[in-house]
Amino acid sequence: MPLELQLSLPLILILILSIKIVMVDAKFGNNKTLGFVTALAGFIVVFISAAFTLTISPEAIASLNAEELYSKGTITYGGFAAYFDMLFCVAAILTILAALPYFQKENSEHNAFYSMMVFAVAGMMLIAHSANLLSLFIGIEIMSISFYVLAGYFRTKEKSIEAALKYFLLGAFATGFLLYGIALIYGATGSLSLPEILTKIAADDFSNTYLTLGIALMLIGLCFKVAAFPFHQWAPDVYTGAPTVVTAFMSTAGKAAALIAFIIVARALFVIDIGQAAEIPDFQTNAIMIIAIISAATMLIGNITALVQKNIKRMLAYSSVAHAGYLLMGIVANSPQGWEGIIFYATAYLFMQIGAFIVLSVLERKTDKNLDLDDYSGISKSHPFLAAIMAIFMFSLAGIPPFAGFFGKFLLFTAAIDAGFTWLTIIAVISSMISVYFYIGLIVYMYFRKSNTYPLEADMGSAKVTLIISTACVVILGIFPSLIINLINNFF
Amino acid sequence: MSLTLLLFLILGVLSIASAIVTISSRNPVVSAMALVLHFFMLSGLYLTLQAQFVAVMQILVYAGAIMVLVVFVIMLLNLGDEKKLSEKWNIRRIVAILFAFVLAIQFISIYITNLPDAAFIPESAAFNGTVQAIGTDLFTNYLVQFEAIAVLLLAAIVGALLLAKRKIT
Repeated sequence: MPLELQLSLPLILILILSIKIVMVDAKFGNNKTLGFVTALAGFIVVFISAAFTLTISPEAIASLNAEELYSKGTITYGGFAAYFDMLFCVAAILTILAALPYFQKENSEHNAFYSMMVFAVAGMMLIAHSANLLSLFIGIEIMSISFYVLAGYFRTKEKSIEAALKYFLLGAFATGFLLYGIALIYGATGSLSLPEILTKIAADDFSNTYLTLGIALMLIGLCFKVAAFPFHQWAPDVYTGAPTVVTAFMSTAGKAAALIAFIIVARALFVIDIGQAAEIPDFQTNAIMIIAIISAATMLIGNITALVQKNIKRMLAYSSVAHAGYLLMGIVANSPQGWEGIIFYATAYLFMQIGAFIVLSVLERKTDKNLDLDDYSGISKSHPFLAAIMAIFMFSLAGIPPFAGFFGKFLLFTAAIDAGFTWLTIIAVISSMISVYFYIGLIVYMYFRKSNTYPLEADMGSAKVTLIISTACVVILGIFPSLIINLINNFF
Repeated sequence: MSLTLLLFLILGVLSIASAIVTISSRNPVVSAMALVLHFFMLSGLYLTLQAQFVAVMQILVYAGAIMVLVVFVIMLLNLGDEKKLSEKWNIRRIVAILFAFVLAIQFISIYITNLPDAAFIPESAAFNGTVQAIGTDLFTNYLVQFEAIAVLLLAAIVGALLLAKRKIT
């Protein structure tokens, strides 16, 4: 097989899967589980092919001549792109395993759900693979459109419809900013290809005015997608209104995809090697300072608002806003170390947040019952397993060792300090302290309060697999973080 | 003043004016017609940039197909005079307009402090927008993106069907 075909195998397979799953839905729509089985098998195959491309040596990939490839250098192969392919597939597998019992409980037909999941993963993978602003934009759009639909999947529930509509209108507006930014960056540098933009910026061959405007507008679009401070208002409503399994997927894989878009753009627009450019351009120092302020504001606002929430789903939604703030610290650091911190933290965050939301989805009852803090009083008696793993996820989200969340925060904080942003790290530590209050608060409710209601029922079904895998990963990544760190060390 | 600049000014002013009419008009039919005017002005702007193909597509797809749909929907909804949309002035609106002004001032200040180099035209931006040029680019340089658009459209179609179909019980 030619090398390019081997390298693009995950992308090709996910495209085939996205067409196949629609046909399966159309032909065998009455079969309740065929869509699930197809999606699960498909994601596993894509995961294996991505793992295979990760074994191809970076030297062989670097030796490819972009002009002779079918992708003409618009697609990145191997490295972090392949790693994110695997991550998105894992997130999708964990989600659909939990979605099967969830939709049966909610009496909702769920075949089309798997099609939308495959589309969303296809979009995310395209984002991770893009070396060109055009593929980046198309990837973001595929992902966003799938998310708009997934958020409104319970189309008989008012809250779900509200979430979808809100997300769609605001998302379309943010897309306008993103596209305008891309157009201005193209106007300023004359190229959509990110490596070419980097060389032009390093060689000082660009129009400063338009590039500054373009970066500002693009920053707005990307900050909306990661739900960072001034553009985070949609996140709590959408995450609360959407079906819980969808929220689990959106707030983790969707955030990781938006962050990888951020990394890809930052790598092209911000010069890190000072020897390469005569001096760091003005727009770069300003943009990084703005991102630092956004990052600080995001984590403070997210954590402080999460403090007062009584609904656990809403609390986790605000905490996911705060985590976007921590993740942005890696962009602020603007160094390979910072990007690796983002990748590690995104991986850890994915498992702990999916796990926490899936515990909610298992205990949740129709019409949004059992989502309040009071409902969780004393569930350690009736559901010792669920309470124990929820406690692990909460400890990890709060960043308490020896769980995965701690090392993610550690890597990001050290990267920010090395880049000279000590004040940002201090704010991050303060806001982590604030977050401990409500994460541990939930544990207190679960373990140290008397159960005042009737015992909750829980039917886990295949969600049990999701919970066990997530817990195992949170613990293993916490004890042996070098497993992932060694892998991602040579990506940048 | 060169002819291109004159054309740009006329088209630009008209397109912004028609866009403002679109969002501020109380009557949906007037809004729709202003939007048609806006699309025509945009396609004129594309022509001044030598993007003939995009200009023609703009008229065919947007002013032609999509606006017919919009007008049909307005007709089927059968909005009477009494149902004309109305909106009150509230604090949110004032803040929104305030922020729009801040954004505009920021844009203008960037231009003033940092005047763009008029002679600066990046090489590859000098582009010939014929069908042939676009076709060649689309099927060589941007082949992967062209394929990816297919998934985007498929996702949009499946999603629209999913949200619109009735609940089967």
